Amino acid sequence: MLRLRPQGLYCEAGDFYVDPWRSVDRAVITHAHADHARPGHQRYLAAAPGEGVLRARLGEIHLQTLRYGESVDIQGVRVSLHPAGHVLGSAQVRIEHRGEVWVVSGDYRVESDRTCAAFEPVRCHTFVTESTFGLPVYRWAPQSRVFDSINAWWHDNAQVGRASVLYCYSFGKAQRILAGIDASIGPIVCHGAVEPLNRAYRAAGVDLPQTRLVSEVDDRTSLGRALVLAPPSVAGSPWMRRFPDPGDALASGWMALRGARRRRGVDRGFVLSDHADWPGLQQAIAASGAQRVVVTHGQVPVMVRWLQSQGLQAESFQTEFGGEEGAEA
Amino acid sequence: MKAFAALYLELDASTSTLHKVDAMARYLRAAPPEDAAWAVYFLAGGKPRQLVPSSRLRELAASAAGIPAWLFEESYAAVGDLAETIAHLVPDGMEDDLTGLAEWMNERLLPVRDADPDIQSQRLLGWWAHLDWNGRFVMNKLITGGLRVGVSKLLVARALAEVAGIDHKTLAQRMIGYTDPRTAPDADRFRALISPIDSPQARAQQRSHPYPFFLAHPLTDDPAQLGPASDWLVEWKWDGIRAQLVLRDGGCSIWSRGEELLTERLPEIEQAARQWVSQAGLGDSGVVLDGEVLAWDATQQRPLPFAALQKRIGRQRISASLLRQTPVIFVAYDLLEWGGEDWRDRPLQIRRRQLVQSLGDEEGPWSVQRLCLSPALNTDPLGWAGLAQHREAARGLGAEGLMLKHSNSSYGVGRTRTAGGLWWKWKLDPFSVDAVLIYAQRGHGRRASLYSDYTFAVWERQPDAEARLLPFAKAYSGLTDEEMKAVDAIIRRTTIESFGPVRSVTPSLVFEIGFEAIALSPRHKSGIAVRFPRILRWRQDKTIEQADSIESLRDLLLGSGAFQSIPAGVRQ
Repeated sequence: MLRLRPQGLYCEAGDFYVDPWRSVDRAVITHAHADHARPGHQRYLAAAPGEGVLRARLGEIHLQTLRYGESVDIQGVRVSLHPAGHVLGSAQVRIEHRGEVWVVSGDYRVESDRTCAAFEPVRCHTFVTESTFGLPVYRWAPQSRVFDSINAWWHDNAQVGRASVLYCYSFGKAQRILAGIDASIGPIVCHGAVEPLNRAYRAAGVDLPQTRLVSEVDDRTSLGRALVLAPPSVAGSPWMRRFPDPGDALASGWMALRGARRRRGVDRGFVLSDHADWPGLQQAIAASGAQRVVVTHGQVPVMVRWLQSQGLQAESFQTEFGGEEGAEA
Repeated sequence: MKAFAALYLELDASTSTLHKVDAMARYLRAAPPEDAAWAVYFLAGGKPRQLVPSSRLRELAASAAGIPAWLFEESYAAVGDLAETIAHLVPDGMEDDLTGLAEWMNERLLPVRDADPDIQSQRLLGWWAHLDWNGRFVMNKLITGGLRVGVSKLLVARALAEVAGIDHKTLAQRMIGYTDPRTAPDADRFRALISPIDSPQARAQQRSHPYPFFLAHPLTDDPAQLGPASDWLVEWKWDGIRAQLVLRDGGCSIWSRGEELLTERLPEIEQAARQWVSQAGLGDSGVVLDGEVLAWDATQQRPLPFAALQKRIGRQRISASLLRQTPVIFVAYDLLEWGGEDWRDRPLQIRRRQLVQSLGDEEGPWSVQRLCLSPALNTDPLGWAGLAQHREAARGLGAEGLMLKHSNSSYGVGRTRTAGGLWWKWKLDPFSVDAVLIYAQRGHGRRASLYSDYTFAVWERQPDAEARLLPFAKAYSGLTDEEMKAVDAIIRRTTIESFGPVRSVTPSLVFEIGFEAIALSPRHKSGIAVRFPRILRWRQDKTIEQADSIESLRDLLLGSGAFQSIPAGVRQ
């Protein structure tokens, strides 16, 4: 039903693409991360809760939205969107044609939180899955434990008047952290790349604690108690000079491995990902009931071989998802 | 285990020396002495023989995790550390473990080494199931014996000195031999380390020990900045095994810089040393020499390749033929003890005068003596310019460059600053060739998951055959983190085939590879072995066709003076 073309994953019957990487006429978008939602398509179809973030990232686009579970007919192909639990507005795309059902999961996370609708398993014949953390060494601790340790770290820094700079991806991860931490510990400052997404989340009805741009902080001494959320790219940039001798940390699934932590050279690595861990991937694949699984990005050969050994029909599509080794992971 | 695991992870996460010393001192004060004894042992680099074979650990961990062997290996390649891989994979235990480190070692881990495989498996599974992540990880580290955590022996000595309230040099001295695998650490040994004075037994034991070695810094600047050359003792820098010869109470011990006792493996040197002591009428009063053990080719009048020495040292039993093939000598650099007195704080020129007097001739290794003096190079009249010429000549002699030691320098501890000036190693610029990357493997430690270990090849062009790339060296250091990331991305894009953790790639990348020495080697496909290969720079300006050929390596081999000619049929 779907096949790989130079533009992306193509549904011939409906003449549309899912998350295409080259300009096309009709694109169904799973979520607004840059490797999945690219500019330049004629028409976009995406989940309604993601409208704000999608427009914040892509500007003026021709966008049609669907509520989760609502379906639309595209040239006799029935398309509906279902929560993927990855970021605000993220969706799995269910495609049904002549009784055959495919689900393209995009990126997904199985542990739910209040920044986006929780992942819902969708039964299908063929499940198209990511595999960013497709190795059994990746097993996430419950997020409450991760937030406890972020809070403790922030609290300890605040006690000695050091700002706590927590590097995290601007879209998704930052808002998940805001929703999860204990905002009573101190003021929260967000980098200019993070703040527009906070606005989009609030506009979509996600309640986030008060955040400020650093330029809006009058009392500079209060920065010593602040939690500062910034994208990893600002590390070492002049922007960081406002925080003398800060504690620094990075929140990412990659922080699960000591080697990656040491390479980053930050004080702390918090293992917090918006992707499924190994058990999560297995759980989602099993819940789809699919006999055929297509792996699109991440640990592709490993996952394909593993699923085959589990008696499934597994193969891969070589896509352009997971840019920069899954920087947002 | 909980307290030690917490210390390990704190040290692992920290980059500050002060913080590390502080963390160790805190642990050592709080821990029962028997636990502290083991902690010092491991932190200072002690390594019991591997307790359980790696293959059994892997098998068992895979089965506990419910995954096949290939998936375990994929995981290991991504993590780059066996102990950590297992800690991630096996089911999570959650318990705080309050059993002390000594009990873990003495009652649990050490006995498991000789247990039969079923018992080993049963014990390991039980411990994994019981311990939380930190505990599992550190326990695995104890079993595999690779507890490298970024603290040097000297740093451990500093922490102990803080705890004991005594000088860290004294502690460094007491720690010699502490990590010897033949004696297990216990509370008494720990108490002896931190006691205000040395006990009689400790003194007796220390009689056969060397002093902590003093190490040189690499010289990168112009030596003219060091002041007049005549203020310096300048010697050849040899590529052998740095060692101390300890002659006290009628005994003779030879210790390597790694604090390994080599006496039994160097009988010629022991014999020569004993002879010297008796001829010089030194009696039992105590003499300690610092020097270099070299394998010496008397016909060629130059050192044998380092690999020959390594092979000789690696053998526990030395056959007559090995003695003939690889004769060793001791080149004395310095005199640390004389007449039972510690001379380390006397100025180098005083120590040197005594050394010259007692060893006699200045012919150095070119004399026929097994125990000889490291000759001093003449610093007049050309000063540094003249020495620079000597340095250029080093390679022809089989030396690595020059050592510069200030005439007033005392003999310090480790790579520290010391009164009277530093020691410098002024090495030759390495050999270099441009080579093509053909295989890549994922790295370990902070390079885990990145393709950071490479195999390099040079061209072999023969008249009647297509040119092919001949692998000649592996290297994994020399790139910046940014470059490594970029190379990693290219490797992933250009992979031809993966075999386990190794990938072959379509050749496209050229690097300048540096190395210290070059020798013939029938064991290598290229017929040539190089020493300390590393990446000097990424030649993005070169195409693979512009890389060097095997002929360039052979030219270097000839130019190095190591061989008159290359025997025909060197290649396999």
